[in-house]
Amino acid sequence: MVKAYRRLLTAVVVLIILSPLGLLATGTAFGEWGTDELVHEVGYIPIGLAKYAALWKHAVFPDYSIPGFDSGFLAQAVGYVASAVLGVVLVTVVVLVWTRLAGLGHDNNQ
Amino acid sequence: MHIPDGYLSPQTAVPFIGAMIPIWGVATKKVKATLKKKETPLIALGAAFSFVIMMFNVPIPGGSSGHAVGAVLLAILLGPWAACIAVSTALIIQALVFGDGGILAIGANCFNMAVAMPFFGYYVYKWVRGSAPGLSRRSLWAAAIAGYFGINLAALLTSVEFGSQYHLFRSYDGTPLYFMYPLKVAVSTMMTEHLLIAGPIEAVVTALGFGFVAKSYPSLISEKDPSLPGDLPEVSVRG
Repeated sequence: MVKAYRRLLTAVVVLIILSPLGLLATGTAFGEWGTDELVHEVGYIPIGLAKYAALWKHAVFPDYSIPGFDSGFLAQAVGYVASAVLGVVLVTVVVLVWTRLAGLGHDNNQ
Repeated sequence: MHIPDGYLSPQTAVPFIGAMIPIWGVATKKVKATLKKKETPLIALGAAFSFVIMMFNVPIPGGSSGHAVGAVLLAILLGPWAACIAVSTALIIQALVFGDGGILAIGANCFNMAVAMPFFGYYVYKWVRGSAPGLSRRSLWAAAIAGYFGINLAALLTSVEFGSQYHLFRSYDGTPLYFMYPLKVAVSTMMTEHLLIAGPIEAVVTALGFGFVAKSYPSLISEKDPSLPGDLPEVSVRG
């Protein structure tokens, strides 16, 4: 895989290194406000939204940052790149497991 | 476009999860039947690409931000079913590990960005490209246009899912229970952002990515070309 798709791998690595550019856009996307931002943005927190907003509490790197290490652009950039690396590793593992379980990557079509 | 938890009612979010499960099943079967063994690492690379490209937030005037998804590029290169698996994986990891997009909302997010977007983009690409050769001016434009329309369909679906909540789910005192703006506001805001900014960005990402892969790995493009015999090596086809 490494040899055959070297240029694609290189492209992904370059994107990972450049990813902190994405931090320059500081605004929150429409409809993705956190409950703290909602008060500011909308004026109140809808009851149902409040009930489900914190459903998942196990995000290890919330907002692609290392908890407690996010003051200043440099720290955020480090957290962002680390998140990109971790994300790439995790999606690769999940896809390879998914395709392996499905019997892909053995001998179909070959 | 990653819907967080709480913005959709469970009555809306759960059926989307229910819809995604058979779609993932079909996607797995289709990919198994059509993709070659040596191409399976490409789905992983595609998922990695989609994950990282979504981190490139771009400012949108008015204090908002947006980003490309990469789903149409993957659909063009690997087929829409493989794109579905790749983008779904990226979205699931984003939700679980990085809190980007909700857990209950994962079905809706996957439907918008990993089903509607790659399939619509794929057919727009095929239609615009017509019988133009693998790497040509026309195929690059087809990729760009497909990326533009693909992300805008995803944005439209997202905004309708958002806005419908305002009209359907109210608390006893009449205040919205979940998403808090009317359909009109959700659709007009999200579509303005995506028609003007995120759409063109997706178009550029799709065309650049397509051009890069077509140049580096021409066989990936030509093998998908229905006008060429599938198993002939690249060299003999071009003669």
